[in-house]
Amino acid sequence: MTDLYQAQRAMRNMRRAAMQRGVIAILDIGTSKIACLILRFDGAQGFGDETVGPMAGQSSFRVIGAATTRSRGVRFGEISVMAETERAVRTAVQAAQKMANVRVDHVIACFSGAEPRSYGLAGEIELEDSVVTEQDVARVLSACDVPDIGQGREVLHAQPVNFALDHRSGLGDPRGQIGNRLATDMHLLSIDGTVVQNILHCIQRCDLELAGMASSAYVSGISSLVEDEQELGAACIDMGGGSSGISIFIKKHMIYADAVRMGGDHVTSDISKGLMVPMAVAERIKTKHGGVHATGMDDREMIEVGGDSGDWEKDRRQISRTELIGIMRPRVEEILEEVRERLDAAGFDSLPSQQIVLTGGASQIPGLDGLASRILGQRVRLGRPLRVQGLPQAATGAAFSSAVGLCLFAAHPQDEWWDFEIPTERYPARSLKRVVKWFKDNW
Amino acid sequence: MRPLNARRPILRVDPAPTKWAYRMQRLWLTPVFRALLRVGLPAFVLVSVAGLFLADPARRDAIAGGIAEVREQFQNRPEFMVRLVSVVGASPELADAVRARLALTLPLSSFDIDLTAVRARIQDLDAVARADLIVRSGGVLEVAITERVPALLWRTETGIEMLDATGHRVASLAARTDRPDLPIIAGEGADSAAPEALALLAAAAPILPRLRGLVRVGDRRWDVVLDRNQRILLPDEKPIAAIERLIALHQAGDLLGRDILAVDLRTDHRPVLRLAPFALNQLRQSMGIDTSGSQL
Repeated sequence: MTDLYQAQRAMRNMRRAAMQRGVIAILDIGTSKIACLILRFDGAQGFGDETVGPMAGQSSFRVIGAATTRSRGVRFGEISVMAETERAVRTAVQAAQKMANVRVDHVIACFSGAEPRSYGLAGEIELEDSVVTEQDVARVLSACDVPDIGQGREVLHAQPVNFALDHRSGLGDPRGQIGNRLATDMHLLSIDGTVVQNILHCIQRCDLELAGMASSAYVSGISSLVEDEQELGAACIDMGGGSSGISIFIKKHMIYADAVRMGGDHVTSDISKGLMVPMAVAERIKTKHGGVHATGMDDREMIEVGGDSGDWEKDRRQISRTELIGIMRPRVEEILEEVRERLDAAGFDSLPSQQIVLTGGASQIPGLDGLASRILGQRVRLGRPLRVQGLPQAATGAAFSSAVGLCLFAAHPQDEWWDFEIPTERYPARSLKRVVKWFKDNW
Repeated sequence: MRPLNARRPILRVDPAPTKWAYRMQRLWLTPVFRALLRVGLPAFVLVSVAGLFLADPARRDAIAGGIAEVREQFQNRPEFMVRLVSVVGASPELADAVRARLALTLPLSSFDIDLTAVRARIQDLDAVARADLIVRSGGVLEVAITERVPALLWRTETGIEMLDATGHRVASLAARTDRPDLPIIAGEGADSAAPEALALLAAAAPILPRLRGLVRVGDRRWDVVLDRNQRILLPDEKPIAAIERLIALHQAGDLLGRDILAVDLRTDHRPVLRLAPFALNQLRQSMGIDTSGSQL
């Protein structure tokens, strides 16, 4: 645990240094595409207009370079072929650097795979002094009893979600307040350690340094949920190529995240198998003619399937759109059913507002919102990422919600467990802080 | 059966940059490297090429020689040549002296004439108060001379010099009679006190017909010498006031017409007269003092 603590602190310092230098890259490693955005931070004063507030850090940066490339060597949001992924990352980074005309050294990455698991942690301490200090916050965070997250897993996010002082709950910042008992609830997201190691290694092989990591379910929630949805409770379903991330937000904190290891690529492979066409053709048919609701009109709409076999009969095949929908719909339903299960397991029913936002590349299937509202509940909408400065039009679609969310995450990161002070008890025995504490306690 | 005009399968090139291409692009985007390559490298190449070329002394000499030759050719063009010197505003003797002093071997390029030095050389001549040198078009060097005007004669042990109003020497004079119009002064340091001498002469205008000259005594004060060897000894401070007082006395009582050897005005509140011996005896006799047989 301390290892990761140090690693995360080192990444935080690196991120701070990169922001000081003003340029940082965002890398969204997805199953179907790898997106690289280059951000320039030049402070809020660069935009002049006083009516524009800091807006949670959105006004402090500008996208100066953007590039997308087809992902290679990634399955289920995890790196499966390192060299291929490395090439794809290099392609994206090089194109973005060329557009921005600057060199970037620091990268914040997000990924959707690695089997994220959520844990709710609770901790409670008696305050030594009646006033809550930074040290008390650190102590209560370290008093949370960490569950057994399993062999080879690591903590990706550990965010204090709530503080309670005596009987008052829902405190955002308890410092300076008076009470006797301080309690906290923390959300901990663990992921498979080897996946992190692979991504770290891959980014290092591209001569870049990793300055931060985030779960793509979390960051796409940041970018595609509007403020009241984040406040009142909502779930963001990021339907990617290889996996669909689920994140639940309430009171502007993520309280649950999970991923279904199915996505748009599975729909494509179903089409490919069903129609006996290559994956590229299947992908084209899916994006051009795909849907989930068949009507009478669709029986008459014939789609050229084609083929390059040389056999006339095979190359002149035609299918109706209804048939295509018949292939796609079961898989989409399966994904949504799986999502429904995860949401039920997380206790999504008990939230005050049960808004569900669908985003990600696979959410662009026509009619998906109608299908989703049957399975997930009435309040479903399609989400697109927030607009940020300088983002090219091509990168404003639903497929870029995790990349944009990562920009917001970079500009305005949420306090994580390792951003707080280390409690004095955890310091080495000869530490100066310990001496100071001894003096404070005894005088 | 495959169609005969089937398109050839396109060879898909890997869109990913090679590791070295990627690194080179990143290196090129590094600001320091870029500045070094865009400014530093051309500057280094230029400097090194120039350095290598000039490293050979023969080439350096050739370049220097070429420059000097072009310069020479330009300066020796006929429009820059001075062929004639015209001296304006000087008497013929002085003009000759100026020409001799110029010592220019004409024709000469005007670039080769150091006008400042030539002007200083001409102004070294005593008779020249001021010289202006202009190179006129047509190859004429015009020397405009302002001559010194003699105002005093200064008799020294070696001869008579003419001085201007400031006391600067103008020329020597063979005989006093050559310039009878000028007053004469004598004595050591008289030339440096020439302005004062002129002021004294102006103040002594009423007795000017009788005045023979002024004598500087001890480079400190003036004696006025009149005919009949009469002397007026002036103080070293305020001599003009003293002489004006004496003239007032003279006009009131014809003081200088009497048989007096000298009037001593050196102490201003007590002028002293020195009588001639005969006049002294006359005075004593008139006062009833017998001076027969006495030398005094």
